[in-house]
Order: sequence, then structure tokens, then C-alpha cells
Amino acid sequence: MFEIFGVPSTALFGQLLIGLINGSFYALLSLGLAVIFGMLNIINFSHGAQYMLGAFCAYLLLQYTGMGYWPALIVAPLIVGATGVLVERLFLQWLYKLDHLYGLLLTFGLALILEGITRNYFGSAGLPYTVPESLTGGRNLGFMFLPNYRAWVIVASLTICFGTWFVIERTKLGAYLRAATENPTLVRAFGINVPRMITLTYGFGVALAAFAGVMAAPIYNVSPQMGSELIIVVFAVVVIGGMGSIFGAIVTGFGLGVIEGLTKVFFPEASNTVIFVIMAIVLLVRPAGLFGRRA
Amino acid sequence: MMKKTLGLAALTAMLTCSAAYAQQVSVKIGVLSDMSSLYSDIGGAGSLVAAKLAVADFAKTNPNVKVEVIGGDHQNKPDIGSNLANQWYDVDKVDMIVDTPNSGVALAVSQVTNQKNKVFLVSGAAASDLTGPKCNANTIHWTYDTWMLANGTGKALVKTGGDTWFFLTADYAFGHALERDTAAAVEANGGKVLGKVRHPLNSNDFSSFLLQAQSSKAKVIGLANAGGDTINSIKQGAEFGIVKGGQKFAGLLVFASDVNALGLATAQGLTLTETWYWDMNDANRAWTKRWQAERNAAGKFPTMVQAGVYSAVTHYLKAVAAVKSGADGKAVVAEMKKQPTDDVLFGKGVVRADGRKVHPAYLLEVKAPGESKYPGDFYKLRATIPAEEAFRPLKDGNCPLASG
Repeated sequence: MFEIFGVPSTALFGQLLIGLINGSFYALLSLGLAVIFGMLNIINFSHGAQYMLGAFCAYLLLQYTGMGYWPALIVAPLIVGATGVLVERLFLQWLYKLDHLYGLLLTFGLALILEGITRNYFGSAGLPYTVPESLTGGRNLGFMFLPNYRAWVIVASLTICFGTWFVIERTKLGAYLRAATENPTLVRAFGINVPRMITLTYGFGVALAAFAGVMAAPIYNVSPQMGSELIIVVFAVVVIGGMGSIFGAIVTGFGLGVIEGLTKVFFPEASNTVIFVIMAIVLLVRPAGLFGRRA
Repeated sequence: MMKKTLGLAALTAMLTCSAAYAQQVSVKIGVLSDMSSLYSDIGGAGSLVAAKLAVADFAKTNPNVKVEVIGGDHQNKPDIGSNLANQWYDVDKVDMIVDTPNSGVALAVSQVTNQKNKVFLVSGAAASDLTGPKCNANTIHWTYDTWMLANGTGKALVKTGGDTWFFLTADYAFGHALERDTAAAVEANGGKVLGKVRHPLNSNDFSSFLLQAQSSKAKVIGLANAGGDTINSIKQGAEFGIVKGGQKFAGLLVFASDVNALGLATAQGLTLTETWYWDMNDANRAWTKRWQAERNAAGKFPTMVQAGVYSAVTHYLKAVAAVKSGADGKAVVAEMKKQPTDDVLFGKGVVRADGRKVHPAYLLEVKAPGESKYPGDFYKLRATIPAEEAFRPLKDGNCPLASG
């Protein structure tokens, strides 16, 4: 055991692991945002509210149908993803030709509505949701006690993130999607249903947010403002990673989680702001983000 | 000709004005609270309802006092809170502001109220500085404060063996005050503070801070935070096996709404101090039913902050009726300190020279799930701390008003 800047190494490794876990939430959420912005050119400000809806859906499924955590992991994203599809069909499809600002304003308004309605019915203190039986407890790694649930979060997040990246960057479906973003008319000429693909992509992005919400429900307080607290940080992550880059979002998500974790050890009062300081620096040096392509 | 008409018109206006003044006293009350964020279940819309109930009850016996109640959202930001207070005092003719959870906002509004000579009754905020170095002749601190919490919960835990502490503190005025007062109480009773970590207000993830608390090996982890922060700390503490590992959580400021959000399984055994609990006696239960009906929320339970708003507004209106005007803040507050308080929720009490309202405090423990018989049945009473001991002695506060 040795010390780094006055902090024992065991404590430091523990904090790094914690940072990685937080990074998995950032990565999951920023992945959804990056997919939606990269494919649809919509800045989805309601991402945080949809994350919150995922958590609430899990709670309601438990309350009213007795459905536990594992089935809720699949059902809740499907339900919230379906609402996302509805939003896209009803509102977003008219905004693609317009300036980015319109999509931002619409989704921001949507977020406020969703948050307000939820707070009206459920209050702001939050609702109880416990860790599922199979994931309670943890193991002592020597340098820290790692709860099983947090280990599951890392594993699930890495799987989903790289799975999504693989589908978009390496498969035929992903190729269609990327082509449709660049030149929808040409892709339509090949007989591919571009509007439907775009709708389903938005639904998928929203479902990713809801999935993160269900994963968050057992450990974070399930409250109407849980999304708005997280979404600003996630936006910073996406901007640093590069607005259209899937890989950038994933890597930056994990990386910034680790940096935030280290800040919490050395200077905890700044842990809220360090990500924005990094964002300011990155934007000065590389305006398109670390992995972004210049538009 | 014009001048004469104007003169006559002015005279008539003056006459009608003075006639009205002789019969009625008019006051406007503003409930400044957190209506939309992490403290909104602690105060919020429920405080507005409590104020309206107090006004309705007072009107039954004093029909000549006309009262208007408005609500406002400070969003936990001192600049928004003081802007709203300024606007209310200057433009909207508000005479008294009540509630204000969030000590940062309360301290700011207290200054504004002193400058404009209005009245500020603090129910929601906790920092004991409001009746200490930052006291003034226009502010009364009603329901509870950090000193009472520290000496209630802190002292009780040290006496039962929790003599080493580590603090998890919300990084703003309230957290600092609570940590300072509790550390003083712990050390005064023979305990030791091993360390502390300050987290930003409204944090989501406490795993990093809890890890530091765990490695400090302190017997008690003091949570100098409130609302969503406390809920997250305790919930994640359960995940990290903190209580199983032998450390205890001291919820220095816990409300019934927090216990509701945590669920009794997670919160059981938590020791806390409050000055009002809805299920303590029949009068409280009856008032709770009225509050729930008015609020249209049968599943919610009023907190001590909301009960405090009712009590404070009641006493304020009595003082206004006695002084016959709400315009001079210092005069009304002086009257509130002169008259003893008496209302259906807090019983008999008194407001001290430093602006501190005193009443008994209750040491409560959260019941286990099996012990709870009906919704809202959260606490069992461990001890009653009499009013003389519950709050910081007048001479220790460093309040300039107290030395007189």
C-alpha cells in the first residue's frame, strides 16, 4: 500500500472503479443521445425525462403488475421506446428540415411537461425501488467492497454500448442508417423505407435512455427530477466526445466518469463542475469534440 | 378649473381611504418555498395549503383582518429567492414571507426583509445562524434548526456508543451549519470527528463519498444533508453494506417524506429529531386530515415544516390584529416576541429575543416494516426533549439582539 498525493492507493483504486461505474451510466445515456443526433440531427433534450420515465415505468410495473426487475429491463424500454416512436411521428418528423434549435426547443418543452406531470402525481421526494434479490450483497475485493449490482451495471453497460456501436458501424443495417443520414433521397431510391428507419432509430435511442433508467432505479432515488440532474452532464459528455460520434460518446462517457471519480477524492466540492471545465478546454482546442467529424 | 377638480377628487379619495382603514386591517402573505425540486415535498405546495388553513381558521374569530396568500418558487437558488422577495416587497405589497426551505435562500431573504422592514418567518430552513450572528429584528426562526438537530440526534447517538464520527456534508450554508453544530455536540459529549467530505447539493451518486466514509472506520456516518441527498446516501449506503459492516447512519435531518421514499425496510432503525409528527396526538391527526383534504393528497403526510408554517402564520395574524397594521415589520415582530404562542399544533411556546421560537423536540426512531400498522405509521417516540434544553441557550448564539 502506497500513497498518491496523500490518498492511500487502495482508496484510489476503489474510487477509480466507482468512477468506471458512474461512467457506464454516462456512456449509456450519451450513447442514446449520440445515436439520435448522429442519425437524426435532433438534439434530444427530453433524454433525461425519458430516462426518468424508464425508472418510473419499472416502479409502476412492480406496483401494479408485480413484474420484477429482470422483465422490467426489457418491458420498460419497449414501452418508453413506443412513446418515443409516437413523439417522433407526431412532432419531430416536421422538424428535420429546420434549424437544430427547433428540435431542441420541442424536446426541452416535452421534458418539462413530462417532469411536471410526474411530479404532480408522485411528488418530488421519490419512490422506493430495491435491488433485485439475485444482485444483492457484494464481494470484498481487498481494496473496496464492490456491490454485485454495481458490477452488473458495468457489464451490462459495456455490452449494450459495444453492441450498439457494432451494429451501427459494422453491420448492413448500420450502413443503411448511416447512408440514410447522409443522403436520404438516394437511399430511398434503393427501396429502403427511410422514414420508418428514422422513427425506429429515435425509438431505439429513447429505449436506451429508459434502459439506463431501469438500471438506475435500484440505486438512485426514483424522483421526477432524476433525469434533469443527469442530462446536463450527459450533454457535456456528448459534446466532448463529438456530437455525431458513437464511439466518442462511449469512450468519453467512461473516461469522464473516471475523471469525476478522481475529482471526488482530491477535491470533492468541484466534482460537479470538472466535466464542464474539461468541456470548455476541449471546445477551445478541438471544436468538433475529441472524436467528432467537422460538419 | 382642472386644479379644483383634481383637488376635490384627491380629497374624496383620501376620505374614502381613511374610512376603510379604520374598519379593516389588510395583510398579504407570501409563501416562498421550493415548489419544484428536491425540497418540494418537505415544504412546497403543502406549505401553501398550511398557510391557507391558518388564514381560514383565524378569519373565523377575526373577521376584520383581511388576509391574502400567494405562493412562489425559489428553486433553491439564493439569487432567485432574493429577487422574488424584493419583487414581492416592492411591487406586490407583500408584508410577510414564510417558509423558505434552503438555508442559503433564507439567509438572503432575511437580509432583504431587514432592509425593507417587513417580516420573515422561517419554517423550512435550518441554519442556526439565522438566530445567531445573522439574526435581525425582522426575522423569526420557527420550526427547528441545526443546533437542535445536532444536540438531539448527535448527543443521543454519542451517549449510546457512537463516539467516532465521519461527516457527509452538503456543500452549502445548511450543510456547513449542521456539520459545525453536530461536530460541536459530538465533541462536547466525549466523541471524536475523524473526517468529513463535502458533496455538491443535489448529487446523484454518493458511492465515492460513502467509500471514503467506510474507509475512515468511524462508528457513525453523519449525514449533514437533506431531501434527495439524504435518500440517495442511505439507499446507496445499504448497497455498499455500510450498516452490515457495523457503521451506523445518523440522519441529521430526515422528514416523513424521506422515510416514505426510502421505504421502511431500508430506513428502519434510523434515529432522528423532529419537533412535530402527524401521528403524535389527536389534534395533529385531525389537522392532517384537513391538510390532506385541502391538498387533495390522501397518501401524503405533512412534515414539521408545513405544520410550522400553520403555527407561524397563526401567531403572526394575532400580532397584526393586536398592532392593527402589518406595515411596520419590526413592530409586528416585537409583538410576536411579547405575546406567548399558542396553537393547536405546537401548543404553548414563546419567541425569544433573538428570534428563536422554542418548543419541545422529539427523538424518534423509524419503525421496522412489521411494526407499522397503517400508511404513515413511521416513527416510535424514543424521548421528549423539553423546550428549555432543545434549543441553543440565548447567550451562546452571538446574536446582537440577545445581549440587550
